[in-house]
Amino acid sequence: MDMLVDSFPMLLRGLGITLLLGVVSFVLGSALGALVALARISAFRVLRGSAIMYVSIFRGTPLLIQIMIIYFGLPQLGVQLEPIPSAILALSLFAGAYLSENFRGGILGVDKGQWEAASSIGMPYWRTFRRIIFPQAIRIATPAVGGRFIALMKDTSLASVVTVVELTRVAESIGNANFRYMEAFLMIGAMYWLINTLLSVGQGMLERRLGKAYA
Amino acid sequence: MTKPPIELTGIHKAFGELEVLRGVDLSVERGEVVVLMGPSGSGKTTLVRCMNLLEEPDSGHVRICDCAFSCGASRDGRGRARLMQRARQQTGMVFQQFNLFPHMTALGNVIEGPRQVRKLPTAEAIALGERLLDRVGLADKRDVHPSRLSGGQKQRVAIARALAMEPEVVLFDEPTSALDPELHAEVLEVIQELAGDGMTMVIVTHETHFAREVADRIVFMDGGVVVEDATAEAFFTRPSKERVRTFLRLVDHSGAVVDAPAPRVGEEAV
Repeated sequence: MDMLVDSFPMLLRGLGITLLLGVVSFVLGSALGALVALARISAFRVLRGSAIMYVSIFRGTPLLIQIMIIYFGLPQLGVQLEPIPSAILALSLFAGAYLSENFRGGILGVDKGQWEAASSIGMPYWRTFRRIIFPQAIRIATPAVGGRFIALMKDTSLASVVTVVELTRVAESIGNANFRYMEAFLMIGAMYWLINTLLSVGQGMLERRLGKAYA
Repeated sequence: MTKPPIELTGIHKAFGELEVLRGVDLSVERGEVVVLMGPSGSGKTTLVRCMNLLEEPDSGHVRICDCAFSCGASRDGRGRARLMQRARQQTGMVFQQFNLFPHMTALGNVIEGPRQVRKLPTAEAIALGERLLDRVGLADKRDVHPSRLSGGQKQRVAIARALAMEPEVVLFDEPTSALDPELHAEVLEVIQELAGDGMTMVIVTHETHFAREVADRIVFMDGGVVVEDATAEAFFTRPSKERVRTFLRLVDHSGAVVDAPAPRVGEEAV
């Protein structure tokens, strides 16, 4: 019990960092993913090709290696990033690759007749996208995107290898200090689980809201 | 006499190997109601979709009100997208599958074009939308989403949406084909009223009874060409072509195809 009380401030700080990594990377990854999804369906071959390449690389290699390349590798090229920015960069790039596919699926999941109906009233391409396609694509993509957010929350634990003091790292040091590894890791395991339970409740609420018009 | 609002010349269109339109000339006069009929696979849906360039012909010329397009090799380049948008603002389209915007209410669907394309002020767009919903008998469904409407109601909202652009011409692509039989009448009545108001319309339909009542002219297509182009009266009472006589025999009075020839692969669905 003492151990818990003593380490409480540390755990709280770790939790803060974990949330920071997860949320910021999700937001950046979503923005990146949206752009990549658009590139992927664009008429320009170069854009399409680059998008495909990006997704292939960042989905096809382990996140751990991406983090290590950015933190340990980039300094050799003269780019030195602090641990937290390194982790956020890697997590965003990684999430962006997956999210772009989720968004693309959402866009392609909208019935082709919607594009036709919008063009039949003379609506230009971008406005059609924004007003007609995007709101429906979001609804279709929500379950997959929510799943990605949850996965990303757990992936933040890999930031511990580049010395970011997030939950996993905190648990390690608590364990190292008093050999109470079991309690420390069970504790943070429960914390991850709690975060993700809240996230999936939020996702369910969002799905119900977006689905209202369709009920 | 002003120029006809729709004028197609030498239209060819193929989907891969399949030649769907093989040289069609057709113009639609102001105030005229033209019904396109023909067996499945004859190219009528593709033809009506060429009238607002949802389908781009491989060759030929399309004129939609004051917008002229050349297709295929002599296809005009710059400014085409903008011209197309203008042409489409002057033609309304009603689809077989309604294609209402599911995330918007009935009123939202109707005012989307006036607000976003015609740039009417919101209050004016809403007034117009309410008037049009009232005209198709759905004033009380104003705030309802499409998922809560019957097929017939959806199609009537779709008609109101098309009218909200105040188009010169309204195109109908099999407006009742996706509906249960008992819902046909409410949609056909609305179309009939529009005809009475002098709206220029092109209607693809299998409903012979309706065609006979509403059409000024019937254009009968088969194998990607126009086989017969006659007044409704002449078409039904003294068709000049054997092909038309066969077709009319196969179609019973209610409009259902009793024994149509097997449809060719992948045509009307395109």
